[in-house]
Amino acid sequence: MKNSLLNMVLVLGGISLVASAGVGYVYRITEEPIALAAEANTRAALSEVLPPFEQTVENELVLDDIPVTVHTASDSAGQTVGYAVETATRSGFSGEFRLMVGFLPDGKVQRVKVLSHAETPGLGSKMADSDNPLERSFVGKNPSQMRLSVTKDGGEVDALTAATITSRAYVDAVARAFNAVMQTSGGQEVDAATGATNTTPVPENTGKESDNE
Amino acid sequence: MNNLKIVLSGIVKNNPTFVLLLGMCPTLGTTTSAVNGAGMGAATMAVLILSNIVISLVKNIIPSKVRIPSYIVIIAAFVTIVELCMRAYLPDLYKTLGVFIPLIVVNCIILGRAEGFAAKNGVWASALDGIGIGLGFTLALTVIGAVREALGSGAIFGHRFISGDGMLIFVLAPGAFLVLGYLMVLFNRLTAKMRS
Repeated sequence: MKNSLLNMVLVLGGISLVASAGVGYVYRITEEPIALAAEANTRAALSEVLPPFEQTVENELVLDDIPVTVHTASDSAGQTVGYAVETATRSGFSGEFRLMVGFLPDGKVQRVKVLSHAETPGLGSKMADSDNPLERSFVGKNPSQMRLSVTKDGGEVDALTAATITSRAYVDAVARAFNAVMQTSGGQEVDAATGATNTTPVPENTGKESDNE
Repeated sequence: MNNLKIVLSGIVKNNPTFVLLLGMCPTLGTTTSAVNGAGMGAATMAVLILSNIVISLVKNIIPSKVRIPSYIVIIAAFVTIVELCMRAYLPDLYKTLGVFIPLIVVNCIILGRAEGFAAKNGVWASALDGIGIGLGFTLALTVIGAVREALGSGAIFGHRFISGDGMLIFVLAPGAFLVLGYLMVLFNRLTAKMRS
Protein backbone atom coordinates (compact mmCIF):
# COMPACT_ATOMS: atom_id res chain seq x y z
CA MET A 1 0.00 0.00 0.00
CA LYS A 2 1.13 3.57 -0.66
CA ASN A 3 3.14 5.39 1.99
CA SER A 4 0.71 8.30 2.32
CA LEU A 5 0.24 9.78 5.77
CA LEU A 6 -3.42 8.84 5.81
CA ASN A 7 -2.64 5.22 4.95
CA MET A 8 0.01 4.94 7.61
CA VAL A 9 -2.17 6.45 10.34
CA LEU A 10 -5.15 4.33 9.37
CA VAL A 11 -3.25 1.05 9.16
CA LEU A 12 -1.21 1.49 12.33
CA GLY A 13 -4.27 2.79 14.18
CA GLY A 14 -6.38 -0.08 12.89
CA ILE A 15 -3.84 -2.71 13.87
CA SER A 16 -3.46 -1.20 17.34
CA LEU A 17 -7.22 -1.14 17.77
CA VAL A 18 -7.65 -4.78 16.78
CA ALA A 19 -4.66 -5.82 18.89
CA SER A 20 -5.92 -4.05 22.01
CA ALA A 21 -9.40 -5.46 21.50
CA GLY A 22 -7.86 -8.95 21.34
CA VAL A 23 -5.77 -8.41 24.45
CA GLY A 24 -8.78 -6.95 26.28
CA TYR A 25 -10.90 -9.95 25.37
CA VAL A 26 -8.28 -12.46 26.56
CA TYR A 27 -7.82 -10.42 29.75
CA ARG A 28 -11.56 -10.69 30.46
CA ILE A 29 -11.65 -14.46 30.07
CA THR A 30 -8.41 -15.10 32.00
CA GLU A 31 -9.14 -12.68 34.84
CA GLU A 32 -10.99 -15.21 36.94
CA PRO A 33 -8.61 -18.18 36.45
CA ILE A 34 -5.66 -15.90 37.31
CA ALA A 35 -7.31 -14.76 40.55
CA LEU A 36 -8.22 -18.36 41.37
CA ALA A 37 -4.66 -19.55 40.73
CA ALA A 38 -3.23 -16.83 43.00
CA GLU A 39 -5.73 -17.70 45.72
CA ALA A 40 -5.07 -21.44 45.42
CA ASN A 41 -1.37 -20.65 45.72
CA THR A 42 -1.81 -18.71 48.99
CA ARG A 43 -4.22 -21.33 50.28
CA ALA A 44 -1.76 -24.17 49.59
CA ALA A 45 1.04 -22.27 51.33
CA LEU A 46 -1.23 -21.52 54.31
CA SER A 47 -2.25 -25.12 54.81
CA GLU A 48 1.39 -26.18 54.64
CA VAL A 49 2.54 -23.92 57.47
CA LEU A 50 -0.54 -24.06 59.71
CA PRO A 51 -2.37 -26.73 61.68
CA PRO A 52 -5.78 -27.63 60.20
CA PHE A 53 -8.01 -24.54 60.14
CA GLU A 54 -11.43 -23.43 58.99
CA GLN A 55 -10.99 -19.82 57.94
CA THR A 56 -8.44 -17.00 57.96
CA VAL A 57 -8.56 -13.27 58.51
CA GLU A 58 -6.00 -11.14 56.71
CA ASN A 59 -4.14 -8.22 58.26
CA GLU A 60 -1.81 -6.02 56.23
CA LEU A 61 1.06 -4.43 58.15
CA VAL A 62 4.16 -2.50 57.17
CA LEU A 63 7.28 -3.20 59.24
CA ASP A 64 10.54 -1.40 58.36
CA ASP A 65 8.98 -0.32 55.06
CA ILE A 66 8.33 -3.95 54.15
CA PRO A 67 4.73 -5.04 53.63
CA VAL A 68 3.84 -8.05 55.80
CA THR A 69 0.56 -9.94 55.72
CA VAL A 70 -0.68 -11.78 58.81
CA HIS A 71 -3.29 -14.49 58.25
CA THR A 72 -4.97 -15.32 61.55
CA ALA A 73 -6.39 -18.81 61.25
CA SER A 74 -9.25 -20.09 63.36
CA ASP A 75 -11.16 -23.37 63.61
CA SER A 76 -14.88 -23.87 63.24
CA ALA A 77 -15.45 -22.84 66.88
CA GLY A 78 -13.76 -19.50 66.22
CA GLN A 79 -10.72 -20.42 68.30
CA THR A 80 -7.42 -19.10 66.94
CA VAL A 81 -5.30 -22.07 65.88
CA GLY A 82 -2.32 -20.19 64.50
CA TYR A 83 -0.89 -17.35 62.49
CA ALA A 84 0.65 -17.54 59.04
CA VAL A 85 2.76 -14.56 58.09
CA GLU A 86 3.86 -13.60 54.60
CA THR A 87 7.10 -11.87 55.40
CA ALA A 88 10.07 -10.61 53.43
CA THR A 89 13.59 -9.34 53.79
CA ARG A 90 15.63 -7.08 51.57
CA SER A 91 18.97 -8.33 52.92
CA GLY A 92 19.18 -11.50 50.85
CA PHE A 93 22.30 -12.19 48.83
CA SER A 94 20.32 -11.48 45.65
CA GLY A 95 17.91 -8.91 47.04
CA GLU A 96 14.47 -9.50 48.42
CA PHE A 97 13.04 -12.91 49.24
CA ARG A 98 9.68 -13.84 50.69
CA LEU A 99 8.84 -16.41 53.35
CA MET A 100 5.64 -17.76 54.83
CA VAL A 101 6.05 -18.49 58.54
CA GLY A 102 3.44 -20.44 60.47
CA PHE A 103 3.10 -19.77 64.22
CA LEU A 104 1.04 -21.59 66.81
CA PRO A 105 -1.05 -19.41 69.17
CA ASP A 106 1.71 -19.69 71.84
CA GLY A 107 4.23 -18.09 69.44
CA LYS A 108 6.09 -21.28 68.55
CA VAL A 109 7.13 -21.66 64.93
CA GLN A 110 5.22 -24.43 63.17
CA ARG A 111 6.87 -24.32 59.74
CA VAL A 112 8.73 -21.94 57.46
CA LYS A 113 8.17 -22.03 53.73
CA VAL A 114 10.06 -20.03 51.12
CA LEU A 115 7.61 -18.33 48.75
CA SER A 116 10.02 -16.73 46.31
CA HIS A 117 13.73 -16.07 46.21
CA ALA A 118 16.65 -15.43 43.88
CA GLU A 119 19.46 -16.73 46.09
CA THR A 120 22.45 -18.54 44.59
CA PRO A 121 21.43 -22.01 43.39
CA GLY A 122 23.04 -24.73 45.51
CA LEU A 123 24.14 -22.37 48.29
CA GLY A 124 21.55 -19.85 49.49
CA SER A 125 18.79 -21.66 47.65
CA LYS A 126 19.06 -24.49 50.18
CA MET A 127 16.91 -22.42 52.52
CA ALA A 128 14.00 -23.58 50.36
CA ASP A 129 14.78 -27.29 50.83
CA SER A 130 12.66 -29.29 53.21
CA ASP A 131 14.27 -29.91 56.61
CA ASN A 132 17.19 -27.51 56.14
CA PRO A 133 19.20 -26.37 59.21
CA LEU A 134 17.68 -22.87 59.12
CA GLU A 135 14.12 -24.06 59.32
CA ARG A 136 15.06 -26.77 61.85
CA SER A 137 16.54 -24.10 64.14
CA PHE A 138 13.16 -22.39 64.37
CA VAL A 139 10.57 -25.16 64.29
CA GLY A 140 8.95 -25.77 67.68
CA LYS A 141 10.59 -22.73 69.25
CA ASN A 142 9.31 -19.33 70.24
CA PRO A 143 11.53 -16.63 68.65
CA SER A 144 11.16 -14.42 71.74
CA GLN A 145 12.94 -17.13 73.78
CA MET A 146 15.82 -17.49 71.34
CA ARG A 147 18.99 -15.60 70.72
CA LEU A 148 17.91 -14.45 67.29
CA SER A 149 21.03 -14.56 65.17
CA VAL A 150 23.14 -17.17 63.43
CA THR A 151 25.63 -19.17 65.55
CA LYS A 152 28.56 -17.31 64.02
CA ASP A 153 27.11 -14.05 65.39
CA GLY A 154 26.54 -15.64 68.80
CA GLY A 155 22.93 -16.70 68.27
CA GLU A 156 21.31 -20.09 68.17
CA VAL A 157 20.27 -20.36 64.53
CA ASP A 158 22.30 -22.82 62.48
CA ALA A 159 23.34 -21.05 59.30
CA LEU A 160 23.57 -22.70 55.91
CA THR A 161 27.12 -23.61 54.99
CA ALA A 162 28.69 -20.92 52.81
CA ALA A 163 25.51 -18.84 52.83
CA THR A 164 25.83 -16.61 55.89
CA ILE A 165 24.28 -13.57 54.23
CA THR A 166 21.25 -15.60 53.19
CA SER A 167 20.98 -17.09 56.68
CA ARG A 168 21.08 -13.67 58.37
CA ALA A 169 18.42 -12.39 56.00
CA TYR A 170 16.29 -15.46 56.79
CA VAL A 171 16.52 -14.72 60.52
CA ASP A 172 15.62 -11.12 59.77
CA ALA A 173 12.51 -12.21 57.87
CA VAL A 174 11.39 -14.67 60.58
CA ALA A 175 11.90 -12.02 63.29
CA ARG A 176 9.77 -9.62 61.24
CA ALA A 177 7.08 -12.28 60.93
CA PHE A 178 7.09 -12.81 64.70
CA ASN A 179 6.83 -9.07 65.35
CA ALA A 180 3.94 -8.85 62.95
CA VAL A 181 2.12 -11.57 64.90
CA MET A 182 2.87 -9.77 68.17
CA GLN A 183 1.54 -6.51 66.74
CA THR A 184 -1.62 -8.27 65.62
CA SER A 185 -2.19 -10.13 68.88
CA GLY A 186 -0.70 -7.49 71.17
CA GLY A 187 2.35 -9.33 72.55
CA GLN A 188 5.96 -8.40 73.19
CA GLU A 189 8.15 -7.85 70.12
CA VAL A 190 11.68 -9.15 69.71
CA ASP A 191 14.76 -7.34 68.54
CA ALA A 192 16.73 -9.54 66.22
CA ALA A 193 20.47 -8.92 66.20
CA THR A 194 20.68 -10.63 62.88
CA GLY A 195 23.39 -8.41 61.48
CA ALA A 196 21.31 -8.38 58.34
CA THR A 197 19.73 -4.98 58.77
CA ASN A 198 21.55 -1.70 58.84
CA THR A 199 19.77 -0.59 61.98
CA THR A 200 21.29 -3.32 64.16
CA PRO A 201 25.02 -3.42 64.89
CA VAL A 202 26.87 -5.86 62.69
CA PRO A 203 28.97 -8.25 64.79
CA GLU A 204 32.73 -8.27 64.34
CA ASN A 205 33.90 -10.48 61.58
CA THR A 206 36.76 -12.81 62.40
CA GLY A 207 38.17 -12.26 58.97
CA LYS A 208 38.94 -15.92 58.49
CA GLU A 209 35.51 -17.05 57.51
CA SER A 210 34.14 -15.86 54.24
CA ASP A 211 30.81 -14.13 54.16
CA ASN A 212 30.50 -14.63 50.48
CA GLU A 213 28.30 -17.23 49.05
CA MET B 1 9.84 -25.36 -1.17
CA ASN B 2 7.73 -28.22 0.02
CA ASN B 3 6.15 -28.29 3.46
CA LEU B 4 8.52 -30.67 5.20
CA LYS B 5 11.51 -28.78 3.89
CA ILE B 6 10.32 -25.52 5.47
CA VAL B 7 9.88 -27.16 8.86
CA LEU B 8 13.20 -29.03 8.69
CA SER B 9 15.03 -25.90 7.64
CA GLY B 10 13.90 -24.21 10.86
CA ILE B 11 15.22 -27.08 12.94
CA VAL B 12 18.54 -27.77 11.21
CA LYS B 13 19.69 -25.37 8.52
CA ASN B 14 18.32 -22.20 10.12
CA ASN B 15 18.26 -23.35 13.73
CA PRO B 16 17.70 -20.05 15.59
CA THR B 17 19.95 -20.93 18.53
CA PHE B 18 22.82 -22.94 17.08
CA VAL B 19 23.05 -21.48 13.56
CA LEU B 20 21.40 -18.04 13.45
CA LEU B 21 22.41 -17.22 17.07
CA LEU B 22 19.23 -15.24 17.65
CA GLY B 23 17.36 -14.91 20.93
CA MET B 24 20.43 -15.48 23.08
CA CYS B 25 18.99 -13.70 26.13
CA PRO B 26 16.22 -16.20 26.92
CA THR B 27 18.51 -19.01 25.75
CA LEU B 28 21.10 -18.20 28.40
CA GLY B 29 18.68 -16.99 31.06
CA THR B 30 15.96 -19.64 31.24
CA THR B 31 17.76 -22.91 30.55
CA THR B 32 18.60 -23.83 34.16
CA SER B 33 16.57 -27.00 33.73
CA ALA B 34 15.10 -28.98 30.84
CA VAL B 35 11.51 -28.14 31.82
CA ASN B 36 12.22 -24.39 31.98
CA GLY B 37 13.94 -24.50 28.58
CA ALA B 38 11.06 -26.43 27.04
CA GLY B 39 8.49 -24.05 28.55
CA MET B 40 10.28 -20.99 27.25
CA GLY B 41 10.65 -22.61 23.82
CA ALA B 42 6.97 -23.53 23.69
CA ALA B 43 5.84 -20.01 24.67
CA THR B 44 8.09 -18.49 22.00
CA MET B 45 6.86 -20.99 19.44
CA ALA B 46 3.21 -20.11 20.13
CA VAL B 47 3.92 -16.40 19.61
CA LEU B 48 6.02 -17.10 16.54
CA ILE B 49 3.38 -19.20 14.77
CA LEU B 50 0.56 -16.76 15.55
CA SER B 51 2.50 -13.65 14.57
CA ASN B 52 3.80 -15.28 11.37
CA ILE B 53 0.25 -16.19 10.34
CA VAL B 54 -1.22 -12.76 11.05
CA ILE B 55 1.66 -10.84 9.51
CA SER B 56 1.53 -12.87 6.31
CA LEU B 57 -2.22 -12.16 6.16
CA VAL B 58 -1.95 -8.39 6.57
CA LYS B 59 1.37 -7.86 4.77
CA ASN B 60 -0.27 -6.36 1.68
CA ILE B 61 -2.24 -3.66 3.47
CA ILE B 62 0.69 -2.37 5.56
CA PRO B 63 2.54 0.66 4.11
CA SER B 64 6.24 -0.21 4.07
CA LYS B 65 7.24 2.74 6.25
CA VAL B 66 5.16 1.60 9.22
CA ARG B 67 5.71 -2.13 8.83
CA ILE B 68 8.11 -2.53 11.80
CA PRO B 69 5.82 -0.73 14.30
CA SER B 70 2.89 -2.72 12.95
CA TYR B 71 4.74 -6.01 13.41
CA ILE B 72 5.76 -5.02 16.94
CA VAL B 73 2.16 -4.21 17.88
CA ILE B 74 0.98 -7.57 16.53
CA ILE B 75 3.79 -9.46 18.29
CA ALA B 76 3.25 -7.59 21.58
CA ALA B 77 -0.45 -8.41 21.50
CA PHE B 78 0.24 -12.12 21.06
CA VAL B 79 2.91 -12.11 23.78
CA THR B 80 0.45 -10.50 26.20
CA ILE B 81 -2.18 -13.07 25.27
CA VAL B 82 0.27 -15.95 25.82
CA GLU B 83 1.38 -14.37 29.12
CA LEU B 84 -2.19 -14.04 30.39
CA CYS B 85 -2.99 -17.62 29.41
CA MET B 86 0.14 -18.92 31.14
CA ARG B 87 -0.68 -17.00 34.32
CA ALA B 88 -4.18 -18.43 34.28
CA TYR B 89 -3.51 -22.03 33.36
CA LEU B 90 0.22 -22.71 34.03
CA PRO B 91 0.97 -20.52 37.08
CA ASP B 92 3.96 -22.61 38.22
CA LEU B 93 5.75 -22.39 34.89
CA TYR B 94 4.92 -18.69 34.69
CA LYS B 95 6.49 -18.14 38.10
CA THR B 96 9.76 -19.76 37.01
CA LEU B 97 10.01 -18.02 33.63
CA GLY B 98 8.85 -14.70 35.07
CA VAL B 99 10.21 -11.68 33.28
CA PHE B 100 11.38 -13.66 30.25
CA ILE B 101 7.83 -14.10 28.97
CA PRO B 102 7.10 -10.38 28.37
CA LEU B 103 10.60 -10.13 26.91
CA ILE B 104 9.53 -12.40 24.02
CA VAL B 105 8.27 -9.14 22.44
CA VAL B 106 11.84 -8.07 21.76
CA ASN B 107 13.12 -11.53 20.83
CA CYS B 108 14.88 -11.04 17.50
CA ILE B 109 13.81 -14.45 16.24
CA ILE B 110 10.20 -13.34 16.04
CA LEU B 111 10.72 -9.98 14.38
CA GLY B 112 13.39 -11.58 12.20
CA ARG B 113 10.99 -14.23 10.89
CA ALA B 114 8.20 -11.65 10.45
CA GLU B 115 10.43 -9.43 8.34
CA GLY B 116 12.45 -12.18 6.66
CA PHE B 117 9.80 -14.78 5.94
CA ALA B 118 6.19 -13.94 6.78
CA ALA B 119 6.31 -10.62 4.93
CA LYS B 120 7.32 -12.40 1.72
CA ASN B 121 5.43 -15.70 1.85
CA GLY B 122 1.90 -17.02 2.04
CA VAL B 123 -0.06 -17.91 5.17
CA TRP B 124 0.52 -21.66 5.00
CA ALA B 125 4.27 -21.38 4.42
CA SER B 126 4.57 -18.77 7.18
CA ALA B 127 2.76 -21.01 9.65
CA LEU B 128 5.09 -23.89 8.76
CA ASP B 129 8.10 -21.62 9.13
CA GLY B 130 6.83 -20.63 12.60
CA ILE B 131 6.48 -24.31 13.51
CA GLY B 132 9.94 -25.17 12.18
CA ILE B 133 11.82 -22.26 13.78
CA GLY B 134 9.75 -22.70 16.95
CA LEU B 135 10.64 -26.39 17.15
CA GLY B 136 14.30 -25.63 16.48
CA PHE B 137 14.30 -23.08 19.32
CA THR B 138 12.39 -25.35 21.70
CA LEU B 139 14.63 -28.36 21.00
CA ALA B 140 17.78 -26.28 21.43
CA LEU B 141 16.59 -24.80 24.75
CA THR B 142 15.45 -28.18 26.03
CA VAL B 143 18.79 -29.80 25.20
CA ILE B 144 20.78 -26.94 26.76
CA GLY B 145 18.51 -27.08 29.81
CA ALA B 146 18.86 -30.87 30.09
CA VAL B 147 22.67 -30.74 29.91
CA ARG B 148 22.87 -27.91 32.45
CA GLU B 149 20.43 -29.68 34.77
CA ALA B 150 22.25 -33.02 34.47
CA LEU B 151 25.68 -31.55 35.18
CA GLY B 152 24.59 -28.86 37.62
CA SER B 153 21.85 -30.49 39.68
CA GLY B 154 22.34 -34.17 38.88
CA ALA B 155 18.81 -34.51 37.54
CA ILE B 156 16.99 -35.07 34.25
CA PHE B 157 13.56 -33.42 33.91
CA GLY B 158 13.46 -33.07 37.68
CA HIS B 159 14.36 -36.71 38.45
CA ARG B 160 17.57 -36.79 40.47
CA PHE B 161 20.08 -39.50 39.72
CA ILE B 162 22.75 -38.49 42.23
CA SER B 163 22.50 -37.44 45.85
CA GLY B 164 24.04 -34.16 46.88
CA ASP B 165 25.06 -31.37 44.57
CA GLY B 166 26.18 -31.44 40.98
CA MET B 167 28.68 -29.05 39.45
CA LEU B 168 26.97 -25.84 40.47
CA ILE B 169 28.66 -23.69 37.86
CA PHE B 170 26.47 -25.25 35.18
CA VAL B 171 23.31 -23.95 36.82
CA LEU B 172 24.86 -20.48 37.19
CA ALA B 173 25.44 -18.00 34.37
CA PRO B 174 28.93 -19.17 33.27
CA GLY B 175 27.59 -22.69 32.75
CA ALA B 176 25.04 -21.34 30.27
CA PHE B 177 27.83 -19.95 28.07
CA LEU B 178 29.94 -23.11 28.38
CA VAL B 179 27.11 -25.48 27.50
CA LEU B 180 25.86 -23.28 24.68
CA GLY B 181 29.33 -23.07 23.16
CA TYR B 182 30.05 -26.79 23.26
CA LEU B 183 26.58 -27.74 22.02
CA MET B 184 26.95 -25.25 19.17
CA VAL B 185 30.20 -26.92 18.10
CA LEU B 186 28.63 -30.35 18.36
CA PHE B 187 25.48 -29.33 16.46
CA ASN B 188 27.36 -27.71 13.61
CA ARG B 189 29.74 -30.66 13.33
CA LEU B 190 26.93 -33.21 13.26
CA THR B 191 24.76 -31.30 10.79
CA ALA B 192 27.56 -30.04 8.54
CA LYS B 193 26.58 -32.44 5.75
CA MET B 194 22.85 -31.73 6.02
CA ARG B 195 23.33 -27.99 5.81
CA SER B 196 25.67 -27.96 2.81
